Amino acid sequence: MTTFLQHCIDAISLGSLYALLALGIALIFGIMRLLNFAHGELITIGGYSLWLFRDLPALLQIAAAVAVVVIAALIIERIAFRPLRGADGAVLLVSSFAVSFLLQSLAIVVFGSRAKGVALPDWLSSNVNVGSLRIPVISIVTVASAAVLLSALGYFFNRTPMGVQMRAAAENFGTARLVGVRADSVITTAFAISALLAGIAGFLLVAQGGTVTANMGTAPVLIAFVATIIGGLGSLTGAVYGGYFLGVVTVVLQVALPLSLRPYRDAFVYLAVIFVLLLRPQGIIVLRTSLLRA
Amino acid sequence: MAELLRIEGLDVRYGRTRALQGISLRVERGEAVGLIGPNGAGKTTTLKTIAGVLRPTAGTVTLDGRPIAGDGPERLVRRGLSLVPEGRQIFTTLTVAENLRLPTYCGRSKDPDADVERELERFPVLRRYFDQPAGGLSGGEQQMLAISRALLCRPELLLLDEPSLGLAPKVVDAVFDALTQLRSEGVTVLLVEQSAARTIEFADRTYVLSGGCVELEGTRDELLGDDRIERAYFGAGAVGA
Repeated sequence: MTTFLQHCIDAISLGSLYALLALGIALIFGIMRLLNFAHGELITIGGYSLWLFRDLPALLQIAAAVAVVVIAALIIERIAFRPLRGADGAVLLVSSFAVSFLLQSLAIVVFGSRAKGVALPDWLSSNVNVGSLRIPVISIVTVASAAVLLSALGYFFNRTPMGVQMRAAAENFGTARLVGVRADSVITTAFAISALLAGIAGFLLVAQGGTVTANMGTAPVLIAFVATIIGGLGSLTGAVYGGYFLGVVTVVLQVALPLSLRPYRDAFVYLAVIFVLLLRPQGIIVLRTSLLRA
Repeated sequence: MAELLRIEGLDVRYGRTRALQGISLRVERGEAVGLIGPNGAGKTTTLKTIAGVLRPTAGTVTLDGRPIAGDGPERLVRRGLSLVPEGRQIFTTLTVAENLRLPTYCGRSKDPDADVERELERFPVLRRYFDQPAGGLSGGEQQMLAISRALLCRPELLLLDEPSLGLAPKVVDAVFDALTQLRSEGVTVLLVEQSAARTIEFADRTYVLSGGCVELEGTRDELLGDDRIERAYFGAGAVGA
């Protein structure tokens, strides 16, 4: 029983991380039809910012790092995506690849190819004992951050004028403009939110792993892409559920796979996803109404 | 009457195809103007260009005496142009209420609650599904929602692109009743339709487009029974044959 609960906590914690990343990707895709491959580099920027601000008090350090990620995302949108607005999705995709490679190379040039250790407060890597259950504090922080962010965004998307305009734009960008939704403000807000989520995810990843590398964003974002596809590309709620679904699948495989195959866990995750998509090409989740209603 | 919209020598291309070849037309304030013609004549292209969705390669569009060509649709909405797009294009994942409130955010509506209420009185069926996702509405109900949504931009000029498309005859009647009601409220309307007779009957003046050019223009009385309309639809050869 204890082990089972332990695995549940792992699954929800990992799923929360994927959900944050998947939502950020789905938001940009919904509004711009852009699969932003540079999303992982936002995580990396967050990681290196945490390292740069290592002398600040923890909360300030995290806030500053997230702020840098948001500013970076807005600059990237201006330089790499705004001039291409209205272009084919493939053109935008290639541009996002270019940004991704450029930033990874830049990180290696500036910070070197060796991992940088980031010291975060000790309590983050401690455990809380509940009966025989040992819950890592970072898991609690991850789940709580996701819960707060997702409910705040749920409120934003459903209850505020900007949020409703963004959902309209995500469904049909052209028609949204016809009823007065400003393309620039919607896209800028989408990038800011997407970067906020990536920045927080970056902090959570660094807190888990303790180090920053130039390609630290690539693997989690790849999984998050899969989560958005499972959730039905462009659906915000679907992306969140897709993230949690992959968290569960990953932990189940982690437990069920024989020891010798465990290093290949993510390969099995992708295999499972291929089967899911063979059976349900539109994604598993096709929702009309719920948390984010989009 | 004061001139509200004036188009002169409008040229629009899709790649190498010239969709509009120097179209000129005008709409007076308070007038209902029809735009008819066969498929591919350029009716939708004309409306989309006026609304700022497409950019003309030549020619001018002026609203209230000021040029508007080159502005994006979200700016033109704020200047009083509102398009009910072909195929309705309501936001299916948003509720009916959200579809209606969305256009009030652009600031032209001085009292959004009262304006939304007026639309619910115009189309009571929208009240019944007010908090439901709009994707659950029938085709006719979606058309009503699309018209209300456009009206909630408080337009000077309402552009309608084939509002009767794909609707049952009875529903088409309801849509035209609503349009007639709008006219009596003094809303200026530019209506694109497939059904020629119905449009000529409805509008004060109608333009007949063919092959990207204005073929014919006239008032209701001038055009009813004019066999040149048939020629515009089927080509000169068809009449001779």
